[in-house]
Amino acid sequence: MFELLGIPPQALFGQLLLGLINGSFYAILSLGLAVIFGLLNIINFTHGAQYMMGAFVAWMCLNYLGVNYWAALVLAPVLVGFTGVIIERLFLSRIAHLDHLYGLLLTFGLALIIQGLFRNSYGSSGLPYQIPDALRGGQNLGFMFLPTYRAWVVVASLAVCLATWFMIEKTKLGAYLRAATENATLTQAFGINVPLLVTLTYGFGVALAAFAGVLAAPIYSVNPNMGADLIIVVFAVVVIGGMGSIMGAIVTGFSLGLVEGLTKVFYPEASATVIFIIMVLVLLVKPAGLFGRAT
Amino acid sequence: MKTTALLLGTALAALAAGAAQAQTSVKVGVMNDRSGLYADLSGEGSVIAARMAVEDFKAAEKGIKVEIVSADHQNKPDVGSTIARQWYDQDGVDAILDVPTSSVALAVNQITKEKNKIHINSGAASSDLTGKACSPNTIHWTYDTYALAQGTGGAMVKAGGDSWFFMTADYAFGHALERDTGAIVTKNGGKVVGAVRTPFPGTDFSSFLLQAQASKAKVIGLANAGGDTINSIKQAGEFGITSAGQKLAGLLVFITDVHALGLQTAQGLVLTEAFYWDNNDGTRAWSERFAKANGGKKPSMVQAGVYSGMLHYLKAIEAAKSKDATAVMAKMKELPTDDPLFGKGSVRADGRKMHDMYLFEVKKPSESKGPWDYYKQVAVLKADDAFKPLSESECPLVKK
Repeated sequence: MFELLGIPPQALFGQLLLGLINGSFYAILSLGLAVIFGLLNIINFTHGAQYMMGAFVAWMCLNYLGVNYWAALVLAPVLVGFTGVIIERLFLSRIAHLDHLYGLLLTFGLALIIQGLFRNSYGSSGLPYQIPDALRGGQNLGFMFLPTYRAWVVVASLAVCLATWFMIEKTKLGAYLRAATENATLTQAFGINVPLLVTLTYGFGVALAAFAGVLAAPIYSVNPNMGADLIIVVFAVVVIGGMGSIMGAIVTGFSLGLVEGLTKVFYPEASATVIFIIMVLVLLVKPAGLFGRAT
Repeated sequence: MKTTALLLGTALAALAAGAAQAQTSVKVGVMNDRSGLYADLSGEGSVIAARMAVEDFKAAEKGIKVEIVSADHQNKPDVGSTIARQWYDQDGVDAILDVPTSSVALAVNQITKEKNKIHINSGAASSDLTGKACSPNTIHWTYDTYALAQGTGGAMVKAGGDSWFFMTADYAFGHALERDTGAIVTKNGGKVVGAVRTPFPGTDFSSFLLQAQASKAKVIGLANAGGDTINSIKQAGEFGITSAGQKLAGLLVFITDVHALGLQTAQGLVLTEAFYWDNNDGTRAWSERFAKANGGKKPSMVQAGVYSGMLHYLKAIEAAKSKDATAVMAKMKELPTDDPLFGKGSVRADGRKMHDMYLFEVKKPSESKGPWDYYKQVAVLKADDAFKPLSESECPLVKK
């Protein structure tokens, strides 16, 4: 059997597959960020907290209301998305005309408040959430044991990512959205309710984060810091892909998951930093990001 | 009218008591993680524990006025060092308690020595605190990596787990735990087949678990803590690693981690702790009082250690009739320790607090009577077996 740089190919396949799974989370989170940035010009630092809220709402649904995983997969994004709508109406719409920095500071502050509130009520070590019965167990692929739940994560997030891309790039609603991004005043002159569009877009971006949160609940520790740990990496993903690029966010999310997966095999100590190294390199060569348009 | 008279009476009595004894006022800083992954096992709970010690010691009646301050070191050595310096230099803090996260603890240990103050560490694990980094100003109270290795490591090897692969949190604590456990494994006739250093803190451990699986080691040693351990155990179950016959050794698992994992996932795990709330009547009574003040959460061994350390510190001040660091440290090492949580014990020359350690197994969901009823005792490790003997110590304070 041949070996590649001292790693048997079986192990390599396994690691690539794992990278793809982690990439699904990056993709879905950076997609939400890209959608929000594209239309609202807001760098949504609350995204990590909203991802965490998704996981917590799933937990609450199960423990307080007896609502199972599948219902939570729909319910949590709707509920958390609704809090997003409130945040947009109460805060973000008021600073829409100001510099990026204000939105960034506002959403960052909100993230700290939300995390603090959850920590106060639920502590920091996390809550147990079991994998739903239908997705327990796994398949032996020969080169690795693939848990059914992880396969589901990849399928679900790919489907959501592609549906979002289709909606924005190929439907009439998406066309309105893109038009509002290009020129809000002119779009409004055609009788399209742009403020409503903006509010709903933010709500949708937040719902995507919450969806990722529900997906994460059974496999990662459900704790108030789960989003804060992840969001920095996701921002790097968005920067590498190009701010506001929908396809860019999806492709970069998955591929950086792969790169990170490989690093975990060859030099595990660097796996937390490799994405930032790539970010620096990309910024040096293509400051607008791999899929971004220079403005 | 009656109340005024009563108040006046009390004030007079207090004055009289004060006059009878010289007043010593001490300021103690509880420094730990109040917002991150170790906040539940230390955090505000440790401050509550310290306050309970002051209450139980009846410090005010004995002429010792105690003020407790607290701060969040965020698990960062630089943040911890800044707080320690400010506390010692400007705020008049006499002793720092708790300090989980070994990298921060080693920094505070160094600063405390420079400033000739007192550090009673309950939260950190690295056995270096009483080994090559030992200090005349530090007492390592609750547990250390050597004891964890002796407990869990020793038990696993004896049960047939003679080949090990480590998943190690990539900082001072993880390295120390891997080193100490590796030594115990080898000493007991086992061998270490590999290790992977994981970035701290981490979320996804599946990749490392797969590497551990490929190593075909019988035991996967988790040289990590808190959220890292929770995620590793959760994901090991998911990837069928435990059901395929490899055993997980949680080298540092706190009761708060088991609570977070749920018994369904954590059952069968073997772990070493210095304290369990349901050990005897004394621990149960204390833990009940603690839980009342801590939102129903039972104490971790770290919080129990803060209580016990604080109590002994106050005893030493009373005996030394002074809060001078050198005098108090001498008294703390001279006087035997005794409290309902850890029983009788002592403080060694190298600063190691000696007490028994316990090997526990996590109960099955069917065996548990409810929340926090999690452990079955497997064995008791006598203090002399649990901690590194002085004859092997690297500490320069130990005369050989």
